[in-house]
Amino acid sequence: MEFFIEISAIQNIVYIISSILFITGIKMLGKEDTAVKGNFLSAFAMFIAVAITVVGVIDPLILLIGIALGAIIGSSIALKVKMTSIPEMVALFNGFGGLATFLIAWSEFNSIPDSLFQHILIVITVFIGGVTFTGSLIAYAKLSEKIKIAKTSIVTKIFTTIFYISLVFLIYSIVQPVMPILDFDFFTVLLVLTLLAGIGFVLPIGGGDMPVVISLLNSLSGIAAAFAGLLLLNNVLIVAGSLVGASGLILTVIMAKAMNRSISNILFVGYASSSNSTSSEEQGEVSPISVGDAYLILESASSVLIVPGYGMAVAQAQHVVRELGELLEANGTEVRYGIHPVAGRMPGHMNVLLAEANVPYDVLAEPDDVNPTMDAVDVAVVIGANDVVNPSATEEPGSPIYGMPIIEVHNAKTVFVLKRSMSSGFAGVQNPLFFKQNTRMLFGDAKDSIGGLVSEFKD
Amino acid sequence: METYMLLGFVLILSIYLGLELISKVPSTLHTPLMSGANAISGIALVGALVLSTNSNLQGVIAFFAVTFASINVFGGYLVTNRMLKMFKKK
Repeated sequence: MEFFIEISAIQNIVYIISSILFITGIKMLGKEDTAVKGNFLSAFAMFIAVAITVVGVIDPLILLIGIALGAIIGSSIALKVKMTSIPEMVALFNGFGGLATFLIAWSEFNSIPDSLFQHILIVITVFIGGVTFTGSLIAYAKLSEKIKIAKTSIVTKIFTTIFYISLVFLIYSIVQPVMPILDFDFFTVLLVLTLLAGIGFVLPIGGGDMPVVISLLNSLSGIAAAFAGLLLLNNVLIVAGSLVGASGLILTVIMAKAMNRSISNILFVGYASSSNSTSSEEQGEVSPISVGDAYLILESASSVLIVPGYGMAVAQAQHVVRELGELLEANGTEVRYGIHPVAGRMPGHMNVLLAEANVPYDVLAEPDDVNPTMDAVDVAVVIGANDVVNPSATEEPGSPIYGMPIIEVHNAKTVFVLKRSMSSGFAGVQNPLFFKQNTRMLFGDAKDSIGGLVSEFKD
Repeated sequence: METYMLLGFVLILSIYLGLELISKVPSTLHTPLMSGANAISGIALVGALVLSTNSNLQGVIAFFAVTFASINVFGGYLVTNRMLKMFKKK
């Protein structure tokens, strides 16, 4: 017996050290110079917390098998994945974390919950963990384009309805021990409803709103872990889970601000119904441009701003874009990249892609940095971005995206818009930028168009 | 109940600490931060380990929790590291 008392005391001390390391690690992860070390530190914190827990287990063999299994699966996915598939990988891993907490709470329910408070904790942890799990899976499927279901389809409506039903049932589950209405196995119903609710939560959310949803699911997985910590009376779970919850929340807020929409509007309303009023009629003619003519203008430009969007990721154009940037610089042109926080499908998506193509991060600028000096930019090259450069956001009070901070490329001397066709962006809003006097449309696949420019420069 | 109050206190303080620590993250690091935080949420692994000592159904469920949490931990840290290695200064 004495052995157990000692081991639990040592465990608690190690948990405290681990918590401190997690805190330091996540702090360092937020700064460019220390980020790699911060990640190592947090991995080390994880290692000691897990190691001391395994030591306390009487028969650890089966557990080590479980860990090894997870390590093999996790590592092989992580090392094999292409950088362009990072958003869906993050979503997938996040889902597994949620599933783990869901299972923990389920398992705890099977041992007798001995107080009402514990019962409430179990129910809430099951719900958050379960919604995180299936929600992340749907996010994964949407991002990797494995499923394509319209917001208006009947399937989406059914699942959305289940989501609301599950909220009602969640409340019943919480109070169930005090007033058991009917004698049925409410917990199994809760488990099933929760898993379906996660689907209903993410299914109606459009691709452009994905950065917000991923951040939120990230936050939820942390909160679920923190609740599991309360349930198991384990302090390191609470501290680490809370840190994740907080960081996910911050990202969610940053993303929502970058779209000038409230979080609830993104989650429960969506663009379609937020405003149907003025759908800018002032269209007119677009002026297309050929690769050869575009080259001549770029060649004489002294300042170029490249604005990438999700289209660059789809076309896998980041490497040719970097090449074009280098050729322009060799030609004496100042090249910068304007990165909008919600460009792409997850927070910082463009930054990762450009980093993969070896673009140094100090030439990447945020909207606030590039907008004041936009008049001095000779050519702004918009690659597969749409809503984040839509001037309606500043000029048209009736537009659904009015007020959203954008990269004001329309103020540059010339704008090249690389685009496949004239379809509208995720917001379904027409973009007056395409019809401006100083805009030239370079139609076609972004990779081919940029590749054409690159070979013009090389000749 | 007293233990819960104490741990609830820890919970609130940790969230507050997290919000303070990460409030100003450069957008370059948004993805790595998310992915790194995601790996940390695999701390559920510790919880799953504690439970898995039980026999029968509870133990089986916990075993699965251990496996999935481990995927989260290993995958999360490795992907974050791979990503961070790509970020270079001029």
